[in-house]
Amino acid sequence: MLLTRKAEFSASHVCRNPALSEEQNRALYGVNANPHGHGHNYVLEVTIEGEPDPVTGMVFDLRELKEIINAEVVNPMDHRFLNHEVPPFDRTIPTTENIAVEIWKRLENRIALPNARLQNVRLYETTDLYVDFGGER
Amino acid sequence: MRLTRRYRFAASHRLNTEALTTEENARLYGKCNNPFGHGHDYILDVSVEGPVDASGQIVERQALDALVEQQVLSRVDHRNLNCDLAELKGQVPTTENLAFTIEAMLQRQWTFPARLARVRISETARNTFELETK
Repeated sequence: MLLTRKAEFSASHVCRNPALSEEQNRALYGVNANPHGHGHNYVLEVTIEGEPDPVTGMVFDLRELKEIINAEVVNPMDHRFLNHEVPPFDRTIPTTENIAVEIWKRLENRIALPNARLQNVRLYETTDLYVDFGGER
Repeated sequence: MRLTRRYRFAASHRLNTEALTTEENARLYGKCNNPFGHGHDYILDVSVEGPVDASGQIVERQALDALVEQQVLSRVDHRNLNCDLAELKGQVPTTENLAFTIEAMLQRQWTFPARLARVRISETARNTFELETK
């Protein structure tokens, strides 16, 4: 069974590689390379796969899941400039792909029960763009 | 990892097959068989699957957008799918057939290292067709 919990955070970022020229950055990242950054209302969907616990009837305690997502993702990232304030994005370019991988890393070990595991991280940068990451498989 | 990008286009169509009689077409397709056709605001979701490259991306957005615009949107947006799309000639322009056609149109010029993983089309908010590519 799959269980999905949604969360939102608003953050700014800039996608630019300092080792590349202005033209190369522009070609790779388009307007996302504009030097002073810009922001998005990110929407995160965390999906857990598992079987309901026979005693509680739950795959995962939703209150605990909310607390984990807040502690690992929303609190550190919401209303922040990712490149300046949220490691590792001082050295990793905060593309949607890289943010999804980072969120996976932050959540994976905290969502690990005998009956339940993290199955997918879906991160919407806008309503028209999202990535799905299910770990390194 | 999979990246999904959403596009929109408006098009008209009429569902009718020469394999059936006028009455049979009317019964089978209902309102979709009305003689002068009708239109939808379609939503096209294109999913790309592959590893993240050195730039931190599966695929460059601008290049993907340009391909979809050139191969698909410029051909179908504000068009009549029965008349204006050669690739659909001889087929009923159901959204099922449109999904296969759009997949082929994208694959024709697909040069990205990441693969085209899925074409999903919503004809209306209530009807969605999803094609996982092989």
